[in-house]
Amino acid sequence: MEILLPFMIGILFAVSLYFILHRHLFKLILGLILFGLATNLFLFVIGGITRSSIAIINKDATVAAEPYADPVPQALLLTAIVIGFGIQAFAIVLIRRVYQTFKSNNLDDFRQDKEPEP
Amino acid sequence: MTSHAILLLPLLIPLYGAVLCLVLWQKERWQALVAGLTQLGWLAAAVLLLQRVLEQEVLATQIGNWPAPFGITLVADVFSVLMIATGAVIGLAVFLFSLQGLDKTRKRYGYYPLLLLLQMGVSGVCLTGDLFNLYVWFEVLLICCFALLGLGGTKAQLEGTLKYVTINFLASGLLLTGTGIVYSLFGALNLAELALLVRQPNHPNLPLLSMASLFFLTGFGIKSAIFPLFFWLPASYHAPPIAISAFIAGLISKVGVYTLIRLFTLVFVSNLSFMLPLLAVLSGLTMVVGVVGAAAQNDFRKILSFHIISQIGYMLMGLAVYTPLALAGSIFFIVHNILVKTNLFLVSGVVAQRHRTFSLKKLGGLYLRQPVLALLFLLSALSLAGTPPLSGFWGKLMLAKAGFEAGSYTLVATSLCVSLVTLFSMTKIWTEVFWKPKPVIPVGAVAETAEDRLRNQYLYLPVALLLVFILFIGVYAGPLVRLAEQASQGLLHIEKYTQTVLSNN
Repeated sequence: MEILLPFMIGILFAVSLYFILHRHLFKLILGLILFGLATNLFLFVIGGITRSSIAIINKDATVAAEPYADPVPQALLLTAIVIGFGIQAFAIVLIRRVYQTFKSNNLDDFRQDKEPEP
Repeated sequence: MTSHAILLLPLLIPLYGAVLCLVLWQKERWQALVAGLTQLGWLAAAVLLLQRVLEQEVLATQIGNWPAPFGITLVADVFSVLMIATGAVIGLAVFLFSLQGLDKTRKRYGYYPLLLLLQMGVSGVCLTGDLFNLYVWFEVLLICCFALLGLGGTKAQLEGTLKYVTINFLASGLLLTGTGIVYSLFGALNLAELALLVRQPNHPNLPLLSMASLFFLTGFGIKSAIFPLFFWLPASYHAPPIAISAFIAGLISKVGVYTLIRLFTLVFVSNLSFMLPLLAVLSGLTMVVGVVGAAAQNDFRKILSFHIISQIGYMLMGLAVYTPLALAGSIFFIVHNILVKTNLFLVSGVVAQRHRTFSLKKLGGLYLRQPVLALLFLLSALSLAGTPPLSGFWGKLMLAKAGFEAGSYTLVATSLCVSLVTLFSMTKIWTEVFWKPKPVIPVGAVAETAEDRLRNQYLYLPVALLLVFILFIGVYAGPLVRLAEQASQGLLHIEKYTQTVLSNN
């Protein structure tokens, strides 16, 4: 099972980059979301997977009994998910606004020669 | 005040300022007052912090009193305080500019709180002592940047913001990946602890550190726009109004360089024999490509945007040479460049306020009509190009001297040639905007009312304020050079840093 996860991460990264390189706005959203997921999964796997041993210290002990799952990657992951979620939400709203303003889904239509206002 | 409180001030002052601004959402004048007071308070906190750091070299505090490698650490040394102080100065100038130079709608939709939170992100990046928190603070900074770039929602802004968001999201993903790799290799995130671990000669995972360092180089390379990764910058930085783009263009890409210098002197030191030549090549190409791009442009702000890339090359050059003098030169150059670049952007804003355009073709004859502005621009532009005795000269002198001493003649020759082309493109702006006779097509033909004139004259104030600083560090460069040297000593001799962080005070 563990051997599957690196391949999954690789596929996720590949698919997300493929989507981001597309010209279509909706595929850009999908690409960003998948990229965030791939990064998070990578962080999770690289922290080391220790099954069914939680980092909880027994009542009469002072340290957790080996082996235990490292809680730090999971804490990092949790923070990263929240941050990534915030940025994805912003990106989706931005892309919606872009679609409303340009009335187009194609990134190539956004090129413009008019200089911006001061 | 204890060092604990002083270290928290640069984070808490902008945070509370921003919260207060949010409370006063409908009352734009009150927001301006609060933002102004916050800027002054931030400047005062930076000066206080600088004074304290000069006494004790390194300050550190543990948030929540968890001992060092486990809790969240805030550290300040001379380099980070210099960044914060410079950020405070340009924050004040940009704030003064925005009072008259930014439209009411944008102010009403949260310009002040966003600017303050952006500044909080900058001080967070500079003060953090932890690899993961570095990522978190960068996200704080970036999301404010996104919102500021898109604020107002004109077509050009939306297009620029879309590119900026996409590329920076990818960069952040790479940083997070790199952080994950470092943690899995060394089981530590605290920078001081990592610095000790990577200096142990026989650590089994040491050869794998290069992989993580490449992730960080790419991630921060995108954020600081070094050679192959800079394409988003000219597309995004010229789109929003000057009061926004001056701050972002002046400070944010330099924060990327700051983290590169910090990480490559503190943590990623095991594979320098491979990394330094790579950095040297990248810095040379960054300089050349940026300045060639600038020379090809015909828009005031686009020339300045391309120059940012070129000057990132100089800052990287100091890191690539990697001697105490070179790093000091880099630090001096960063401080000088933040001030000068912001000032040039503000000058372009003063021009555009009156003439409603940035196009070099449509402008002209400003030397006769606004001689004071011409003088202000000339001094800043010469300083950017590095003419003695202005501030850019000292930075380049230190870098060139360090380069010669280290024997990297090609890099020094490139940097000197690039300086000449910089001067050329500044001359281009000068001849087109200031010297050329006024074009036949009347631009900005709207008659200027007395109120407009008063407003336009007010805009000179922040430009003059920044110029005072630029002239000061040019003519009286000694103190800043000494500070930069002290900062570079602190970067290369990390004992004090690690001791202070890990001593569990």
